[in-house]
Amino acid sequence: MIAIIDYRAGNLKSVERALKKQGFPCCVTKEKRELLGAERIIFPGVGAAGTAMKDLAETGVDEALRQAFRSGTPILGICLGAQVILDWSDENSTPCLGLIPGKVVRFPDSLSSLTDGALKIPHMGWNGLTLRRNHPVMEGITTDDEFFFVHSYFPLPAERERVIAVTDYGITFPSVIGLRNLIAMQFHPEKSGRAGLRILKNFCTWDGRHA
Amino acid sequence: MLSKRIIPCLDVRDGKTTKGIKFKENVDIGDPVEMARFYYEDGADEIVFYDITASSDRRDIMIDVVRRVAEEIFIPFSVGGGIRDLDDMRAVLLAGAEKVSVNSAAVLDPSVIAEGARAFGSQCIVLGMDVKKVEVSSRIPSGYEVVIDGGRTFTGMDALEWARKGEELGAGEICLNSIDADGTQEGYEMTITPLISGSVGIPVIASGGAGSIDHIYDVLTAGRADAALVASIVHYETYHIREIKEELSRRGVKVRMKW
Repeated sequence: MIAIIDYRAGNLKSVERALKKQGFPCCVTKEKRELLGAERIIFPGVGAAGTAMKDLAETGVDEALRQAFRSGTPILGICLGAQVILDWSDENSTPCLGLIPGKVVRFPDSLSSLTDGALKIPHMGWNGLTLRRNHPVMEGITTDDEFFFVHSYFPLPAERERVIAVTDYGITFPSVIGLRNLIAMQFHPEKSGRAGLRILKNFCTWDGRHA
Repeated sequence: MLSKRIIPCLDVRDGKTTKGIKFKENVDIGDPVEMARFYYEDGADEIVFYDITASSDRRDIMIDVVRRVAEEIFIPFSVGGGIRDLDDMRAVLLAGAEKVSVNSAAVLDPSVIAEGARAFGSQCIVLGMDVKKVEVSSRIPSGYEVVIDGGRTFTGMDALEWARKGEELGAGEICLNSIDADGTQEGYEMTITPLISGSVGIPVIASGGAGSIDHIYDVLTAGRADAALVASIVHYETYHIREIKEELSRRGVKVRMKW
């Protein structure tokens, strides 16, 4: 069973629907026991880091995620779920889960002013990515595939090896990062058409290794 | 780089779209779920549903449409029309929409934008605004006034000022519809669209007037729009979305070409 973490910041239904459409059984839960018993975990999320970390702490999901990460369960972070796995987020100055060393930073305001307002914050819409290295979950994805983004902050891992793909939006930022059995993406695969469904499918068959 | 978005808009009344698609028989009756699926396959980047159901006690029909659409398409879609308060927003978002568009209700009570953004996040809240060209005056310095009730009621609000206010209140996007251009197929409003898009820090979707690919090209370049809403031009068989995007791409506009 694939567990989709239920906390208030998530658009859980769309992830659930995208999985079920492809025939992968899944459940939406915040029960620690269910998360620890899951074959794999999806950690979605929209909203702000401060509220999200508070919710995760109150429900004990933070500890469950740390344990699952240590025990080798494949974990997929999406959007906010790709941010709060780092040590720290500049959004609301929030200490985060620390599964991957690094921090979460905001797009520089100069992005907008230097381009005469052409590049807006949030970065919202379809954008591509450049793979920095191969990963089983990114199998079949090419440079002409595009994904749906909506965010003002992005993850900045301390070690370059953690960056799986980057995206250009005035600056080049990490859009897919990973460490061992954890992979996380800033865009929404569940809202990114066929290419996104492909990534979800890849994740649902990934053993958490070879990364 | 970020792609410009092409967004078909479906008007839905009592669970049926009011305009069918001509070029595909099985969607000709105007089933919104079938049409959404068709446009999803045709390369739509998002879809907008506008609920024009007159009676509010029939809103559950729209919620059912949203639920069924969400099972079929895996791109973002938004729902507007008749969204008055947090409960309406919640119902639509829980049924699977990515965003809600608030129009008249925000004019009558701007705090609904702020409350929606606080409860669901700015990225969910689209400020829909209908505007009409008027005389430039001290009250309406941009020369465009916000209207409601399909253009019948003038609000006394300046379009540019309202757009800035909407951003300040927490709207994550603006859908700017020109009542003058709407349905004419003579091109998007090219004065207020670039003015607003250049003055706010959130994306602007241009709406109303698309009759040719030239029009779409113009509004996405000189018009500074981040996305173009299309209705008749795709509903009435003039072009497929694929054709529109191929031509835009040929002319150097960055659009998503693989789906």
